[in-house]
Amino acid sequence: MINYNRMIFELSNPGRIGYSLPKQRFTDYNVEALDKKYLRNAELLLPEVSELDCLRHFTNISNKNFGVENGFYPLGSCTMKYNPKINEEMAANKAFRSLHPLQPASTVQGALEVYYQLQEYLSTISGLHEFSLNPYAGAHGELVGLMIIKAYHEERKDFKRKKIIIPDSAHGTNPASTVVCGMDVVEIKSNSLGRVDLESLKAVLNDEVSGMMLTNPNTLGIFENDICEITKLIHEAGGLMYYDGANLNALLGKVRPGDMGFDVMHINLHKTFSTPHGGGGPGSGPVGVTEELAKYLPNPRVKKIDDYYFIENSGEALGQISSYFGNYLVALRAYAYIRTLGKENLKLVGPYATLNANYISNALKTAYDLPIPGYCMHEVVFNGLTNKDTDVRTLDIAKRLLDFGMHAPTIYFPLLFPQSIMIEPTETESKETIDDFINVMHKIAIEAKEDPDKLKQAPTKTPIRRTDEVFAAKMMIFSYKDYLEYIQNRG
Amino acid sequence: MFKYFPHTKADIDSMLETLNVTSIDELFKDIPQSVIFNSDYDVPSFMSESELRNHFAELGKKNQELTLFSGLGIYDHYQPAVIDAITSRQEFMTSYTPYQPEISQGTLQYIFEYQSMIQTLTGMEVSNASMYDGSTATAEACFMACAVTKRNKILISSTLNPNTANVIKTYLKYKDLVWDFIDEKSGVIDLEDLKTKLDKDVAGVVVQKTNLYGIIEGYDGFSELIKENKSLFIINADISTLGVLKSPKEDGADIACGDCQSLGMPPAFGGPTLGYLASEKTHVRKMPGRICGYTHDLEGKRAFVLTLQAREQHIRRSKANSNICSNQSLMALFVTVYLTLMGKNGLKEVNNLSYQGAHYLYDQLLKTKKFRDPFNQPFLKEFTLETMIPKETIQTAFLENGILGGISLDIYGEKYQGLINFSVTEKRTKAEIDKLLEIVEGLS
Amino acid sequence: MSKLVEGLYYSKSHEWVKPLEDDVVLVGITDFAQSELGDVVFVDLPEVGDTVSAEVEFGAVESVKAASDLIAPISGEILEVNDELVGEPELLNKDPYKNWLLKVKLENPDELSELLNIEEYEAFIK
Repeated sequence: MINYNRMIFELSNPGRIGYSLPKQRFTDYNVEALDKKYLRNAELLLPEVSELDCLRHFTNISNKNFGVENGFYPLGSCTMKYNPKINEEMAANKAFRSLHPLQPASTVQGALEVYYQLQEYLSTISGLHEFSLNPYAGAHGELVGLMIIKAYHEERKDFKRKKIIIPDSAHGTNPASTVVCGMDVVEIKSNSLGRVDLESLKAVLNDEVSGMMLTNPNTLGIFENDICEITKLIHEAGGLMYYDGANLNALLGKVRPGDMGFDVMHINLHKTFSTPHGGGGPGSGPVGVTEELAKYLPNPRVKKIDDYYFIENSGEALGQISSYFGNYLVALRAYAYIRTLGKENLKLVGPYATLNANYISNALKTAYDLPIPGYCMHEVVFNGLTNKDTDVRTLDIAKRLLDFGMHAPTIYFPLLFPQSIMIEPTETESKETIDDFINVMHKIAIEAKEDPDKLKQAPTKTPIRRTDEVFAAKMMIFSYKDYLEYIQNRG
Repeated sequence: MFKYFPHTKADIDSMLETLNVTSIDELFKDIPQSVIFNSDYDVPSFMSESELRNHFAELGKKNQELTLFSGLGIYDHYQPAVIDAITSRQEFMTSYTPYQPEISQGTLQYIFEYQSMIQTLTGMEVSNASMYDGSTATAEACFMACAVTKRNKILISSTLNPNTANVIKTYLKYKDLVWDFIDEKSGVIDLEDLKTKLDKDVAGVVVQKTNLYGIIEGYDGFSELIKENKSLFIINADISTLGVLKSPKEDGADIACGDCQSLGMPPAFGGPTLGYLASEKTHVRKMPGRICGYTHDLEGKRAFVLTLQAREQHIRRSKANSNICSNQSLMALFVTVYLTLMGKNGLKEVNNLSYQGAHYLYDQLLKTKKFRDPFNQPFLKEFTLETMIPKETIQTAFLENGILGGISLDIYGEKYQGLINFSVTEKRTKAEIDKLLEIVEGLS
Repeated sequence: MSKLVEGLYYSKSHEWVKPLEDDVVLVGITDFAQSELGDVVFVDLPEVGDTVSAEVEFGAVESVKAASDLIAPISGEILEVNDELVGEPELLNKDPYKNWLLKVKLENPDELSELLNIEEYEAFIK
């Protein structure tokens, strides 16, 4: 049914219903009794379908999607590992799902225990003192972490510290979060080995530096081996170190951000701790800090005295950044993951992810241009094909992979190379899957030389082919209403 | 071996051999020894699946499932079984942000359908693909107003839920933007006070309906006044109520935003939910978040793509208006499936049933003479009363009977002393409501 | 190979300036700029009566995959804005030299001498 092409609105038939609601029980009252000035006049363009119509529609469109269970998903920087089923079963438990966030603490001790224990586990895994699970996503965690850094300087009346140093290889969210937090970005160039250039770093250090944001391993999948020197330099300049946890998966079992000298960090539970990406969210971006900074963590906080968990709102906190406890059920899944793996298996995650990535790096470096030689961590970045004599670009390689039933890697990021292809296999992939991927990548490299048009035309086996993005941006059809107007105007 | 790691010893050996190393540790040789973590995490030992189930069963027993007469942003509406069946499909649940449209049409299409539904409910021209929650969506709406008007002050209605107001304040404070509160009068925003506070620095005015007290605010005259001042009118509306109440567009809004928890999501201890944000096309380039658009593929087949991406952080970096990267995509699917099943008639019926239950409870509570209505304003499914009996007495009696209700608004500050909240959805039966009333009868 | 036009002044941020008469100039983007951007889908321009300042952004051009700020090569008051581009931004791809963005009355005509001439700009984009 991959040719299914209806929109839900097109299945609508007036009078059909897909719900079953209780009988009216207080017929003395009617919402129509409200003063007309409060009532809606505008038409509602919602579908009217039966329950089975609804299920078929969404099942059919789901078949045009590619999930982790469909096949290899080597999307760099996204850590597309297996999302365990047992976590879903735990998150579906009514004893958690049906809790109202304003219930008294005495009635939600189990929920608070999960929240509190997860904070503790993240602390021991990251080597930082304390966590808040309230941030909703990685970028939200970055913003909250930067707020903590700003609050720290402002409390010391050091108001001129507004500069955040960010390497040019950083994720786009880093500079964007900095500006949203009312600070300024100072970008520094990477050196020829793809790492922070210490001289460039020294050159921008002064008493206006608020902190530095760093991903380690960086977005090239390379460990910043000068990390101790970097954190020392920033601390000596009076700044704080922010760890962007996007690539934390590589470090599980090997290195803790706190031990490298980081003061503040966020973790993407939807990457490292296996919670589903949900087609773009909900994620969860817990923020961790050193003991000195713990008082700034956002409200509400979950605390414990003896065996009793309670909720605290502190006046010293930076404020509130979420309505309640963040994406609670996402955190609960991460808790289930950590308890399932336990300390024994958690420490194998980074090593296995790294082994898989290096195996790919080694196998593809003849056909694909590996700009930074040496071992990588959990992901590897190539700069297009080794053979630069074809018209074939990274985009074409990515699209051709789809024809082989594999998801494309991340492309055109990091921005350091014009034809970046970023491959992250994760620890949940088997050698067979990776060997298949390697074979396909070699096949594509050969096709690039022998039959480049095949790549330019790819994909051809997917539910749709390449799309007209200029049309989308120009026509701005964002809703079914826009669509109907477009059809009408087109005649 | 462990169930999530497919690596056999033979696999590892053969991979290491290919790499010409003898151990995985050698791959980490770049890392300074001083930062290598050589001990164990302070995490318990691994659990089998049945042990984990038992563990969660124990944890679950420490929670108490209550009959919810509570609202304040999280409502206990009915969730059709179909929603879980669809949202738990791995094709939706485990996929990434739809960067490769050729293999993401499922996600992209439901986002388009979601946007269409938010569009029609709010009446605004364009909805984005969703935000984290209602409070952050409202904070982002404030940023958007500042970007559109190039001004730096936000006026916040005192009748906004303090949770939302607190999040707005945090966002504004750290971006070096300023705010002021508009007074309330008889439980609703005071137009006269707004008039005195609208000045040339005001980028946006934020109001909420139904408001903190559950009151349906009317906005006659607001939009004209705000437009004349070249500011934007931001309405935070409980989206479910828009099935019967005036849409933000009809109220003259420039930006509509709020939470969608009331559309098919469980209370979930507060999250995940979803924030919606919708506005007019003239402002679309200042809108935060992802937007899905309609197009076609090279064979002319209908297709959906993420569009106007040049606004976003991954392209604009420090020049982006928002740092948001994700949307609450799977929660948008909850909304889309819910609204598909309910249709316009179901949504009206949900509101009517909630209205009926809430008004019955309200009338009966007043009859006990133990409460009074300090406002006498219209409401829908949620209302606020002043209690003559101590709040602790009420809450304790309710909890003993497995009910959460009569939440005291003083959790938001001293000024709300004596005010308690009740919310009734279509899920509350007559028996449940009568039981609550019976408990109240016995109190003094 | 990018197209260049004789007699124009060029900026390092890839705008061109064409002097008309009485210190009035047209401002646009170069062929190099449009080809780097790809299909232009949106142009954000200021209003008539606004002023622009040299080296300060005055608007933006957006393609599907990129967005670029427009940096004023000169300072002055905006006399006219090319509204045609709002409806048909693709004109910038078709002929970036014919489809100017702004008509500006120069505040300081000496600023022109600080811009690049055709040879200098050609060398700059190589």
